Amino acid sequence: MIPAQFDYLAPTSVADAVAALAEHGDEAKVLAGGQSLLPILRMRLNAPGVVIDLGRIPELQGVSEDGDHLVIGAMTTYAAVLASEAVTTHAALLSKAIATVADPQIRHRGTVGGALVHADPAGDVGAPALALGAELVIAGADGSTRTVAAEDFFEDLFATAVGEGELLTQIRIPKHTGWGAHYEKFVRVSHQWSIVGVAATVRSEGGSIAEARVGLTNMGSTPLRARSVEEALVGQPATDEAVRAAVASVNDGTNPPSDLNGDSDYRKHLATVLTRRAVLAAAGA
Amino acid sequence: MTRINMTVDGVSYSDEVEPRTLLVQYLRESLGKTGTVIGCDTSNCGACTVHLDGTSVKSCNVLAVQADGHEVTTIEGLATDGELHPVQQAFHECHALQCGYCTPGMIMQACDVLKNNPDPSEQEIREGLEGNLCRCTGYHNIVKAVQQAAGAMSSASSASSASAQAVSS
Repeated sequence: MIPAQFDYLAPTSVADAVAALAEHGDEAKVLAGGQSLLPILRMRLNAPGVVIDLGRIPELQGVSEDGDHLVIGAMTTYAAVLASEAVTTHAALLSKAIATVADPQIRHRGTVGGALVHADPAGDVGAPALALGAELVIAGADGSTRTVAAEDFFEDLFATAVGEGELLTQIRIPKHTGWGAHYEKFVRVSHQWSIVGVAATVRSEGGSIAEARVGLTNMGSTPLRARSVEEALVGQPATDEAVRAAVASVNDGTNPPSDLNGDSDYRKHLATVLTRRAVLAAAGA
Repeated sequence: MTRINMTVDGVSYSDEVEPRTLLVQYLRESLGKTGTVIGCDTSNCGACTVHLDGTSVKSCNVLAVQADGHEVTTIEGLATDGELHPVQQAFHECHALQCGYCTPGMIMQACDVLKNNPDPSEQEIREGLEGNLCRCTGYHNIVKAVQQAAGAMSSASSASSASAQAVSS
């Protein structure tokens, strides 16, 4: 299958891209890495009149540091994030999660910003972004920008705070230097979407857990943060018994889907097991 | 129609394409490079893998217009002066193909794996080829071929650095 016909625009600045969005409105679709959008266009699940390719906008590329934050351009590929020592050092959880996305060819093209805005609940970037307290910088008309916390970014299945005429430009992540991290993903076959995934990052102090952050993939229509687990883990030793007790509440507020890969109750069972494993691995136990 | 300029297997091309043209379609239908095949059409199987600026991509999942101004290498551009690339040679010697349909993509991805990791373990090879499916399930010999190619390429590069040293001394 090939996509339906469309007009192609390749702006070279954020300002031009936003102007193109303003001109074409909901007729336009934004092309980031294209690893989800192109299959959608090929299967004719969507047939936009205009495709706006962000691939030629240098300011959207790359990882930099800004004081106690990492700044990741929305068009930075998964492969570039994996190659970034700054990300490995200051946001190891993001690296660990991205290393599990699809396969090498997809990671060469797919982008962090594209994945966040696509907001597939089975995608692996939302949960670590939530757990790390990321902030999303969104550009709008007339050069305006606003910043949205990850907590407020994901609104529903495939729906985010990025409104009509707006563009995600940066992901700002508070540095979690020295925190242990692990992403535990459950799939049946290789390069499958997560049936359930758990992102955990932990700061240890004197053999016990001082702080913990936990994000859940595919346990609802958006990525979720397991705050009750985070609170219960504080002060606990990184032992199987203590962590098992602390993660018992992981399903509070979840609403996992039922599908061919498993029903809702099965996913809740998985979430309990995977959270225990993720926290223990993150704590180095 | 949009004009694109692309270097494919060392040759420069300039063509008018519809923006919806997939890179794989451009390679096969406009340039006649049918060595790159379309397997699944859903970006799962990896049969259409080519290198874009030296990095492996699934060419059914890239628009030709996105490759404008860039360099593409296909399976047809791997051999030099009629001599097979070490990975091609190893696939031949290890019988790393049955029906052969996945082979162009497997070889292009194997090259990418070895570029990033010249001495991969069996597990690393399997993970590196995760995005390439073989419906004959001939994975065992494919992994052996990549291991053999890794050995051949590292002894070739140490031989060439030894002769370079001999020349410089």
